[in-house]
Amino acid sequence: MKTLSALLAGLVFGLGLILSGMANPAKVQGFLDLAGAWDPSLALVMAGAIGAAFLPFRLAGQRKQSWLGEPLHLPGTREITPRLVLGSLLFGIGWGLAGLCPGPALVLLGTLSGPALVFVSAMLAGMELFRLLEHKRA
Amino acid sequence: MIDWNHFTPLASLAGGVLIGLAASWLVLANGRIAGISGLLGGLVDRAADWRGRAAFIAGLVLAPLLYRVLAGDMPSANVTAAWPQLALAGLLVGVGTRYASGCTSGHGVCGLARLSPRSLVATLSFMAAGFGTVYLLRHVLA
Repeated sequence: MKTLSALLAGLVFGLGLILSGMANPAKVQGFLDLAGAWDPSLALVMAGAIGAAFLPFRLAGQRKQSWLGEPLHLPGTREITPRLVLGSLLFGIGWGLAGLCPGPALVLLGTLSGPALVFVSAMLAGMELFRLLEHKRA
Repeated sequence: MIDWNHFTPLASLAGGVLIGLAASWLVLANGRIAGISGLLGGLVDRAADWRGRAAFIAGLVLAPLLYRVLAGDMPSANVTAAWPQLALAGLLVGVGTRYASGCTSGHGVCGLARLSPRSLVATLSFMAAGFGTVYLLRHVLA
């Protein structure tokens, strides 16, 4: 049940990414190209997503457990750290270089796209690198 | 200068609403934040709760199939970057999102919807880096 519920959420999330244009790297780069011919569409994706999620997230914040009886895993960290900022900057550079972020990359992988396969493989390698570096520290 | 030819306000807004509803469903039903880098990173870290994570990721990968059934053709997806650039980009996105504990979905959608100051800082940072990178690519290095 929990697994099916997560699968459905992933499917709808993916449909949203495709419909919105987020799964088209050229469109994402068109949004990031403020100095060129700017395509503001992706600002509306964020507005729609945040608008739709705002009240449900308030509701979730007041609950002790989820509808399916799971604990609510809501982030508790509040500190603004160098890791947060530097990590986000690295992510943003990669996002601009390819026009892909993690969700759309996985969606494109489902179209058997060669470029998506290259990107996702490298992304997994990056995540594994993080795991190795952080494992050593711990 | 706005590129009106490629501007898709209705589809983008509607797609955004779908994304927001899916994220709402995942947190209300499963108690999980729909942050793609976090869900995927947990699989890489061999987290114990891998089933739900893998199921959500499978949903994303299968979405194009469902889209074709519902709407016919997939909209075009054009990748401009060559393979070495894609590989570098993927590596930066993998490491960066894990250090930042989130990406466009976890910080940009869920975090901002929760009015998290951390997510606002993260979103402003990756947006700024994205704008800067495309500026360099298209207007300085090109």
